[in-house]
Amino acid sequence: MSGPSLMDSLFQRSLEDLIKGLRQQLIGEQAFISKSLEEIRKEIKSTDLSTKSTALLKLSYLSNLHFQDMSFAAFPALEVLSSPRFSHKKIAYHAISLSFHDSTPVLLLITNHLRKDLNSTNEFEVSLSLQCLSRIANVDLARDLTPEVFALLSSNKLYVRKRAVAVVLRVFEKYPDSVRVCFKRLVENLENSDPQVLSAVVGVFSELACKDARSYLPLAPEFYKILVDSKNNWISIKVLKIFSKLAPLEPRLAKRVVEPICDLMRDTGAKSLLFECIRTVVTSLSEYESAVRLAVGKVREFLEDEDPNLKYLGLQALRIVAEKHLWAVSENKEVVIKSLSDADPNIKVESLRLVMAMVSEHNVSEISRVLVNYAIKSDPVFCNEILGSILSTCSRNLYEIIVDFDWYVSLLGEMSRIPHCQMGDEIENQLIDIGLRVKDVRPELVRVARDLLIDPALLGNSFLHGVLSAAAWASGEYVEFSRNPLELMEALLQPRTSLLPPPIRAIYIQSAFKVLVFCLHTCFMRGKSIAPSASLDNLPAGVSASASYESFDDFSVENGADAAVVHGQTCASAPITKESIVNILNLVEFALGPLLGSHDVEVQERARNLLGFVDLTKPEILTSSIHGKRDSEGKRVETSKIIKLMHDAFSKELGPVSLSAQGKVSLPDGLVLKENLGDLEMVCGDIEPPSSNSFSFGSPFEEEKDGLSFSNLQIKEDNEQSNESTSLLAAHRKRHGLYYLSSGKSEMISNDYPPANDHMSQGDINDNADDLVKLTAESLIPKRKPKHGKPRPVVVKLDEVDEKPVAMKQPESRDDSLSGAVRDVLFGSEDIPPTSSQSNLSNSSKRKGKEKQHTYPHIESKESAAGDGNSSSRRRKDRSQGKERRRRSPRKNDEERKDADQKEKKKSSGRHKSRQRAEEPLKVPAQTPVIPDFLL
Amino acid sequence: MIHFVLLISRQGKVRLTKWYSPYSQKERTKVIRELSGVILTRGPKLCNFVDWRGFKVVYKRYASLYFCMCIDQDDNELEVLEIIHHFVEILDRYFGSVCELDLIFNFHKAYYILDELLLAGELQESSKKTIARLIAAQDSLVETAKEQASSISNIIAQATK
Repeated sequence: MSGPSLMDSLFQRSLEDLIKGLRQQLIGEQAFISKSLEEIRKEIKSTDLSTKSTALLKLSYLSNLHFQDMSFAAFPALEVLSSPRFSHKKIAYHAISLSFHDSTPVLLLITNHLRKDLNSTNEFEVSLSLQCLSRIANVDLARDLTPEVFALLSSNKLYVRKRAVAVVLRVFEKYPDSVRVCFKRLVENLENSDPQVLSAVVGVFSELACKDARSYLPLAPEFYKILVDSKNNWISIKVLKIFSKLAPLEPRLAKRVVEPICDLMRDTGAKSLLFECIRTVVTSLSEYESAVRLAVGKVREFLEDEDPNLKYLGLQALRIVAEKHLWAVSENKEVVIKSLSDADPNIKVESLRLVMAMVSEHNVSEISRVLVNYAIKSDPVFCNEILGSILSTCSRNLYEIIVDFDWYVSLLGEMSRIPHCQMGDEIENQLIDIGLRVKDVRPELVRVARDLLIDPALLGNSFLHGVLSAAAWASGEYVEFSRNPLELMEALLQPRTSLLPPPIRAIYIQSAFKVLVFCLHTCFMRGKSIAPSASLDNLPAGVSASASYESFDDFSVENGADAAVVHGQTCASAPITKESIVNILNLVEFALGPLLGSHDVEVQERARNLLGFVDLTKPEILTSSIHGKRDSEGKRVETSKIIKLMHDAFSKELGPVSLSAQGKVSLPDGLVLKENLGDLEMVCGDIEPPSSNSFSFGSPFEEEKDGLSFSNLQIKEDNEQSNESTSLLAAHRKRHGLYYLSSGKSEMISNDYPPANDHMSQGDINDNADDLVKLTAESLIPKRKPKHGKPRPVVVKLDEVDEKPVAMKQPESRDDSLSGAVRDVLFGSEDIPPTSSQSNLSNSSKRKGKEKQHTYPHIESKESAAGDGNSSSRRRKDRSQGKERRRRSPRKNDEERKDADQKEKKKSSGRHKSRQRAEEPLKVPAQTPVIPDFLL
Repeated sequence: MIHFVLLISRQGKVRLTKWYSPYSQKERTKVIRELSGVILTRGPKLCNFVDWRGFKVVYKRYASLYFCMCIDQDDNELEVLEIIHHFVEILDRYFGSVCELDLIFNFHKAYYILDELLLAGELQESSKKTIARLIAAQDSLVETAKEQASSISNIIAQATK
């Protein structure tokens, strides 16, 4: 295919034609673009640079705004770049900085072009080249062009110099070793009188300080001078940013800068500078009360401003203050509350966070009430935002701010009924978690669960299914607190449960099972306590062993008489009669019969279990209720045995189990844990691990039985096996009690786990409560007296599990090597012999910024002493490296070094450097960074 | 630092994009789609800042165009708003009461102006006058080059090559 002819280049479509064509859309945008691309592909092969460059320009347009691929033009772009004409160069540079990236193959070829232009006499060409470098620099480019950039840092042309300064940041990032070359000149530019250059330098340092501020502490005097002298707001903002990073590291520095910053805050008219001052004070100078007061005063002005931007930023600043000075938020409470109903969602979220920051154990119920009521009225997104933040605040640190759990549980119930609520999963988790951890709240939990379960309307809301499953589980597990188990039974079996997804339906059925067993047990045992019966003595040994259960379960009943007493009160509203039992059994059969054919295994199995149980017991109950004859006595004993067994199995309490519990069990003799179980894996290979849930229910009995970890909320029970397995297990437990986890509830609560905030001191109800009374009044909510009358119930805590592991953040290696290099230059250079101490601030202006070293003669001496042993070989290598003397900072630890080493290995020239580094860490002494006394 | 600059029209058409941090072509389209969804739906009189993937996007609407800049969490939002305004003023001065069409047909010029204003994601030049002067100087350089290129002798020379 030949290149385009003269005619082609004469009648080439210009960029303007292209844009016009696109806008006319005679043939549709996509078609037009692909047609133009075809033309461009042809034109770009032209030998005429004008044609080529126009094609390139058009292509950049299409790539930039219509996201067309332009990688095919990488080489032509380089060709255009070599044109002597400025207009061509400009187009080429634009295209290159738009499309080149680290893996562009022709990147290698660009180095010389860039170098040539960096050395050009035309400042605009230099500028273009710098611009391009800042965008496409990779390690090789940064390394190869460091000398050129270095030269430009002291160019006479300010235009070039400021651009070079800005580009240096990118070069440092890509090639940290360039710091050794360029850093001093960069620092020199801090003394430049031209505001644009200064602005660029300060900008570079503020970016550098973000990554590792400590390295730049020695430059604080220079920055201080700029802060005091600068009249340029752009520069002041950047310098403040630097100080906000430096001040926390050095208290003396903070003390020094707090006054100038306050002055700036008072005097400036520019909002952006004012805001930067505020932010610096609240983030980094929060110990200085007067400064914080001043800043909060300014924040107040922001909050009261009409401009939503200032309001938003004011709220943001307030949130930062709130961490240390909560008073600042309380002072501005009215504005914060008002902002909850702002038109702007961002402002609403911000004020919500602030309100949550005010929450404490004294006012949590009032604030939550206000917010929940507000959530009902607000739009779905914000409603869930509110609910989410209430849930996370209240559950923080194992519900540490909750005193009245009854209230909290009912709040959870209420929250799940809010129409827009989508936090079902979180509510589910918390309901179960609280049920397990807080024993005193269970009656209330069951009540809340019942209210949720009997409402048929809730079943249709798929967001609530999680909550419902928690409610079903709780009402099954803690059925003994239920006022009316029969009603519960009906709720669990209501027809609309068909709307539930199968896993939750299975939970419903299992809970129904538990409730049924409880009802039968209550009824049966009461009946029996009237009838003279010695059958209890005749029970097999396994069952009498079950007496040991009672130590674990305060609520389980020892015999029928007790049951009558205990449940006399709970079941008072609806006494369980034979008739009602029969009704329930019929209901079970009616409701679950169809489920025997369910496609879901879990549902099917549980339905079958329950129906099997009903089959076992029903005939007996029927006959006894109708006839009540003596001849059924034998059978009756059997039935009662079954019921008793099932009841015992279910009334076994579940508690949260520490993840580390397993580790506490000492390894018994003769147990080989490390045996190769490869065969087993082959057999069980396709069994999926159980889905993980946040709770693991480790009842030792079940674990022993089938070795599964019970990650869902169900207890697997098997009618046929339960009889013997329970007795076997009880026996086993007796013999090997040592290896069972001490899951006994009563033990847990006793001494091992110190109760958190066991008693609420009444005197603590202080201003906060008053504040919130006001708060509630504002929001048109009827006042509610804080119910702090009773002590906070015990929350079961497990030591290790509940502490969230703190993720260690690994610093990025690139930054390490960069800051390492910076420190080398700042601390470690020996070029200038240590001079007498000129180090205080007043002198700093006279110094040329380069001789930072003289302030730390002691470091020098230590370092040279440490380095003596290995320095000779190292020096030789250094020399062979050329260019600059390099000195490794002794402050870097081994890890950083390794990182740096690995990175170095990638570079072709870095081989022996890395070896040299690797041997160093052994020889250098550990040394803490020494903060120079620059602010005396 | 500024990570990228976007100009989006009210209809969601992209008018200018400039990336100071590496984004692949795919990411760029995604970013633009996401942000125009967020920003264009925000009503007037709301604040000009949007939290977005751990960054902050500062935007401001001028006539039918939204100017958006993405910055780091601890950057100064108000400063960036000023930079945007600065940019708009310079465009205005250069094109003479700029409108969207100017930017559409002179898309490369808008870039050159932006390049004078920002470099490597930092503000380079805060003086409108200086930028105007710099741009004018470069324009004249381009013009002379163009005249040479389009001269008839040049075309003949090329044809007879």
